Amino acid sequence: MRYARALSMAMLAIGAVACKDKEPEKAPAPTAAETKTSAAPSAVGDTITIGHVGSMTGNEATFGQSTDNGIKLAVDEINKKNGIKGKKVVLKTYDDQGKPEEAAVASTRLVTQDKVLVYLGEVASSRSIAMGPIADSNKIPMISNASTNPKVTKDGDKTRPFVFRVCFIDPFQGTVMAKFAAENKKFKKVAILRDVGNDYSVGLATFFTNKFKELGGEIVDDVSYKAGDQDFKAQLTKLKSKNAEAFFVPGYYTEVALIARQARELGIKAPFLGGDGWDSAKLYEIAKGALDGAYFSTHYSAEDTSPIVQEFITKYKGAYNSVPDAYGVLGYDAANVAFAAIDKAKELTGQAVRDAIEETKGYKGVSGTITLDKDHNAVKSAVVIGVEKNVGKFAATISP
Amino acid sequence: MTEFLQHLVNGLSVGTIYALIALGYTMVYGVLKLINFAHGDVYMVGAFAGLYVARGIGVDAEPSIFKAGIVFVGSILICAALGVLIERFAYRPLRQRARLTALITAIGVSFLLEYGFQLPPIINGEVPFPPGPTPRFFPEPFARVDFEPLGVHISNYDLVSLIVAVGFMFALQYIVYRTKFGTAMRAVSFDAGVAGLMGVNVNRVIVWTFALGSGLAAAAAILVAGSRPSINPLLGLLPGIKAFVAAVFGGIGNVQGAMVGGLVLGLAEEYVAGYLLSSYRDGIAFALLIIILLLRPEGLFGRVRAEKV
Repeated sequence: MRYARALSMAMLAIGAVACKDKEPEKAPAPTAAETKTSAAPSAVGDTITIGHVGSMTGNEATFGQSTDNGIKLAVDEINKKNGIKGKKVVLKTYDDQGKPEEAAVASTRLVTQDKVLVYLGEVASSRSIAMGPIADSNKIPMISNASTNPKVTKDGDKTRPFVFRVCFIDPFQGTVMAKFAAENKKFKKVAILRDVGNDYSVGLATFFTNKFKELGGEIVDDVSYKAGDQDFKAQLTKLKSKNAEAFFVPGYYTEVALIARQARELGIKAPFLGGDGWDSAKLYEIAKGALDGAYFSTHYSAEDTSPIVQEFITKYKGAYNSVPDAYGVLGYDAANVAFAAIDKAKELTGQAVRDAIEETKGYKGVSGTITLDKDHNAVKSAVVIGVEKNVGKFAATISP
Repeated sequence: MTEFLQHLVNGLSVGTIYALIALGYTMVYGVLKLINFAHGDVYMVGAFAGLYVARGIGVDAEPSIFKAGIVFVGSILICAALGVLIERFAYRPLRQRARLTALITAIGVSFLLEYGFQLPPIINGEVPFPPGPTPRFFPEPFARVDFEPLGVHISNYDLVSLIVAVGFMFALQYIVYRTKFGTAMRAVSFDAGVAGLMGVNVNRVIVWTFALGSGLAAAAAILVAGSRPSINPLLGLLPGIKAFVAAVFGGIGNVQGAMVGGLVLGLAEEYVAGYLLSSYRDGIAFALLIIILLLRPEGLFGRVRAEKV
C-alpha cells in the first residue's frame, strides 16, 4: 500500500516536470516572468558563471585546449577590469573527449547544475549540433566558437533562437577553397577524401564539389574514410590511378596528417587541400613534412600584421608560451562577444543576454569584425595557409 | 595492374596483422572453448606497452634495429604477463561455471581495459599512465626505406611485418604439433578432465596458452604501430572484432585457419575499399564472410565434430 502511494506521488512529480518542460515550446515568445524562472539563478550573487564544453582530450584534443586557453585569457582580462557590471566572471570547463554524446551531457550539466548565464563551444560541428537543442530548450544562449557547419544554428528551416557563432560557415569555406584551387592554382582535376561520419567534413566536401564544378573543374573521385581509421592505403591506391592534380581532404588534423604520410609512402606527389580542421600545431608534428605543398583555409594567420592580432599573440605567448592557433583566437573572441552582450543586457537572464548577442554588430575581434546575420552566423573573411618545409605560411585572404 | 598489385601488398600487410591477432583467439578457444573478447584490448595494451618502452630507452632520439628489438620483446613480455593475470583473476575462478559467465567476464575485462586506459593519469610523465583518450604517436623504431618494384610501393616496414608474422605463425604451428607442450595443449583441448587424469597440468597449459596468445597480440600491435603511428585506448575494438571473425571464418580452434582467415579478410577489405565503395569497407567484407559461413558453417578449415549423445 505504501509503495502504491509512493508510486503515485512519483508519477505526479514526473508529470509535473514533464508539463513544465513542455511549456516553453507552446509559447515561443515567453514573457519576462517565465524566462526568469528558467534562467534566473544564473547570475545570483557577485559572480557570473559561464561555461565551456570542449575536447580537452581525445582525437582533437588540441582544439579544446587552445579554445580553453583563449577563453581563460579573456576571463582573466575582464576580471582584471573588475568584471562585468561589478561581478567577477567564473569559467567552468567540461571535457567532452571529442564525443557528441558527452558534449550534450556536459552542456546539460552546465545549464542545470552550474547555472551558467551563457556557454561556449564547440570547435567540432557534430558536437555543437548535439549541444544546440539544450541551449534552446533551457533558454540559455550558446556561442559556438568555431563550428562551421550550417546546421549548428539551424533547426530544420528555422534558426535556433539561442545558438550563435563567431566564425564563418562551410558553404563559404568550401567555396573559398574551390575558388583557390580553380583560380589561384589552376587545378582542373581534384579528388576528394572525406570523413563520412563527420558533419563538418561532409559539408565542406559537398560545398567544395559544387563550386569547383561550377568553375569548370572536374572531381575525378570521391572516396571516404572514418575518423579513427589506421589504414588509408586502399583509398589512396585507388585515387593514385586517377591522376588528380590535388586532393581535397576536409578532415581533422590527426587523420589528415596520417593520410598525407601514407600518400607519400605510396608515391603520391599531388598537393593536399583542406579546411580549418587542419589548424593545429600537432598537424606538423604528425605529418613530419608529408604535407609540404598543401593549402588550407582557416580563420586567422599569426603572420597578420594588424595591431589587434599581434597584440593578442603577445598576450597569448606571455600566458602559454606558444603561438595561438585559430581556436585560441576564436575562443577569445567568443568569450568577448559574450561579455560585451552580458554588459549590454538589461538584466542577467538567458533571454536578455540572448537578445544582446543577437544585436552584435561590427564587434572588432582578433579573428576579424564580427556582425551576426539573421541566421546567427558571423560573416568574415577567410585566410589560406600554405605549408612549406613543415611550417604553415600565410598565403591569401579571401573575403566573402 | 600496378594498382591491383599495390592493393595486394596493402591487403597482405593488414591481413597478417589480423592473422596474428586471430591466432590468439583461436588458441584460447581451442583450449578452453572460451571466446576471449578482451583479446583486442590486450592488443591495444601491447601498443602502449611498446610506447612506454620506446620512450624509456629513447627510440625517438636515435632509432636503431637493436632498440626496435627491445621494444618488440618488451611489449610481448608485458602483454604475456597481462594475459596470465587476466586468466588468473577473471577466467580461472569462473572456469567451472556456465560458458556464458566466462563470455560476460571477457566483455567486462575488455571494457575495463578500454575505459581504464582513458581515466585521468595517476603517474604523470611524458606519456602519463593511464594515457587518457588523446591519441599518442608511436616513434619510428627504425629508418623507413621504400622500394618500388614494378611501380608498387613496398617499405621495409611491410617486409619486416610480413617476415615476422609468418615466422611467428610457423613457430606456433611447430609448438602446437611438434612439442610436448603442444601435445598437452591438444590433449586439454580434447578433454581437459581426462588430460588432467593422465598427468597433464591443466592449469599450467592454460596459463601458457594465454601468455602465448597475448604475446602474439602484442607483436601484432608493435608491427602495426611502427608504420601506422596513431594509438589510442579504443584501438583494439575493431581489429579485435575483425580478427575474431577471421578466426571463425578459418574455423575457430584451427591454427592454419586463423592465418588464412586473417589474410582473406585483409585482402577482402582492401579490394572492397579499392574497387567498390570505400564507405562499406567494413560492411561488405563482413557480409562476404557471413555468406561464406552460411555455405560452410564450420569455417574453412574447421572439422565437423560428431557430438556423442
